[in-house]
Amino acid sequence: MQIANVVDKWTGAVKEVTIGATKDQGGTREKTVTVGGAKSIPFMDFDGDQGKRIVIAMDVYDIPPEDWPESLLKNYEDVVNDPASWAKKCAEEYGADLICLKLDGIHPDKGNKSADDAVNTVKSVLEAVNIPLIIWGCENNERDNEVMPKVSQAAAGERCLLGGATQDNYKTITAVCLADGHNLITQAPVDINIGKQVNILVTDLGFPLDRIVMFQTTGALGYGIEYCYSIHERGRIAALSGDNQMAVPVICDVGHEAWRAKEAKATDSEAPQWGSFAERGIMWEAITAVSLIQSGVDIIRMYHPKAVSITKEHIDKLT
Amino acid sequence: MITIGERINGMFRDVKNAIKDKNASVIQEIAKKQTEAGATYLDINVGTAAADQLDAMRWLVEVTQEAVKTPLALDSQKLEVIKAGLEVVKNEVMINSAQGEPEALDEYMPLAKEHNAALICLAMNKAGVPQNVDTRIEIAATIVEKAIEHGMDMEKIFIDPIILPVNVDQKQPAYMLEVFSQVKLLSDPPPHITVGLSNFSQGTKEKSLLNRTMLIMAIAAGLDTALMDVLDKDLMDTAICAEMILNKQIYSDSFLKAAR
Repeated sequence: MQIANVVDKWTGAVKEVTIGATKDQGGTREKTVTVGGAKSIPFMDFDGDQGKRIVIAMDVYDIPPEDWPESLLKNYEDVVNDPASWAKKCAEEYGADLICLKLDGIHPDKGNKSADDAVNTVKSVLEAVNIPLIIWGCENNERDNEVMPKVSQAAAGERCLLGGATQDNYKTITAVCLADGHNLITQAPVDINIGKQVNILVTDLGFPLDRIVMFQTTGALGYGIEYCYSIHERGRIAALSGDNQMAVPVICDVGHEAWRAKEAKATDSEAPQWGSFAERGIMWEAITAVSLIQSGVDIIRMYHPKAVSITKEHIDKLT
Repeated sequence: MITIGERINGMFRDVKNAIKDKNASVIQEIAKKQTEAGATYLDINVGTAAADQLDAMRWLVEVTQEAVKTPLALDSQKLEVIKAGLEVVKNEVMINSAQGEPEALDEYMPLAKEHNAALICLAMNKAGVPQNVDTRIEIAATIVEKAIEHGMDMEKIFIDPIILPVNVDQKQPAYMLEVFSQVKLLSDPPPHITVGLSNFSQGTKEKSLLNRTMLIMAIAAGLDTALMDVLDKDLMDTAICAEMILNKQIYSDSFLKAAR
C-alpha cells in the first residue's frame, strides 16, 4: 500500500534575529546568538528547515528574589545579592545561552532603585559574562520609561534584546532600541490580536521587523499553558503561511511562571501525596518548557539549572 | 487574496490612446497606482483597437516593467499575442487565458510550464459559456486533469468559471457560488478560483456595491483571486475584511494596513 505523502508546504519563514555583538560588530560579546529562521512547524524537519536551535536564557534579578522555594534558591544562595556573579554562574556553570537580566528592583513596590543603580547592574553583568543579554524592565510604565533609555544607552552597541513594548507603552522603548541598536521584545497579554497589533505599531515607528521578538504572557503547566500554547501555535502557522507581521521569533517566560505554581512550591509536609518537593519544581519547570518548545518558541527563560539541562537534552533528542 | 489589476486594458480610452501614441507615462502611472493599491498581478490587455496587437503587447509589457516589478498577467484570446508578451517579459508572469478545451490546454500548459507562468483557464468550451453548474464543473475537472497530466503545480492553475453580468441572467450568481465550492474539491491542493469581477456589474448603476457584495459571497464560497478594480479602495478593503473573517489573517486593530 502506498503511504500518502503528508509533507506540508509552507510559504513563509520566521525572520532571524541576532542578539549580542562581538568586538568586530561594535560590542564586547565573545559570541552572538541568532534565533528564528524556521520554515516549518517545530521538529517537523521533513516539512522544511527548522531554523536556529531553541535557546535558553537564564534569569538574573537585580534584587534577591523573595518568594523562591528552597529547592530553587539553593542553586543561587551565594550569588543572589550580586547579579554579576549570578550571571557568571548561569553562563559558566549552568550552560545558559543568554542571560535575561530582569530589573525588578526599579519597580516602586520592589525597591524603587535608581536609574544609575540599574545602569551599574547592567554594566557589571556585561563585564561578568561574554554571552548576549536580554534586559527586561519592571513592567511599571513610568519607571521603565525613565530607566530603560539610560540602560539602553549604557549597553549601546551590545545589540541586547530589550523588553518590552506593549500596546499602551511602546514609543519610548522602541525609540531607544532603534537609537542604540538593540533588538526589541513586543509584549501582549495572552492575546494574539494585540500581539500582532504591537508589531504593527512599532514597525510604524520605523523599527525593523527583523529585530523584534514577540512575547505572550506565558502560562505554566496547570495555569493556562494551553492558551499560551495555542497562541504560539497559531502565530507560528500564520508566520509560515506568509503573515509577515507574525514572522518573528517568540520568547516565553517559563521559570518565573512555573515556580509560581503551588505544585512547585509546596513542601513535602504540605503536600506529601505530590511526590518529592526537591524534584517537583524542577519537573514543573521542565515539563512547561518541553511542552512549549513544540508550540513554536525560540527563546525560553528559565530558572533551575536541572530543568535547563533536562530541557536541553530533550531538544537534542527531538532535533 | 491574489488580485489582478484590470486597468491596463485597451478597452479603457486612456490606455487605448496611450497605445496609439506610444505614451509610456500614462501606462506607467496606472501601473504604479495599481501596485501601490496592492495588486498582486497587473493585467496587460491591448484591447481590440491596436493596429498591431503583437507590437502593442510587447510595448505595454516593456513600459510597464520599466515602472514596476509587479508580475504581469498577459491577457489575450490570441496565442500569438500572449507569446509576443512572453518574449519580452522579465519577471514572474501569468497567462490570461486558455479555454477549457483539451486541445487548447495541451497547447497552453506546456507554454506556461516553459515560462514558469501561472495560467488562467476558462471554464468554457467550443459551445461557449456554460449556463449551468454541472458543465462548468465538468470543464473545471478537465482542466485539473490536464494540469496533473502536464505535471503543472496546482498553485499555478487559476480556474475562471466566467461570471456574467447580474442583469443578464440572475440565476447565474448563485450557480457561480456553487461552482466555486465544488471546484475547491477537485484536487488537494485545489486550483485557485478567479473571476473577472467587473464583468458582474457591467451595465449596472451600482457597480462598486455590486462588485463588493459579490466578492464577499464569492470569497466565502472559495474564490481566492480576481481580476478586478484594485483602485477601488472599498473593494480592496472588503476583500481583506472577508478573508480576515474567514481566519485567513490574524485580526489586529490595524488589519487593513497589515494586509497591504
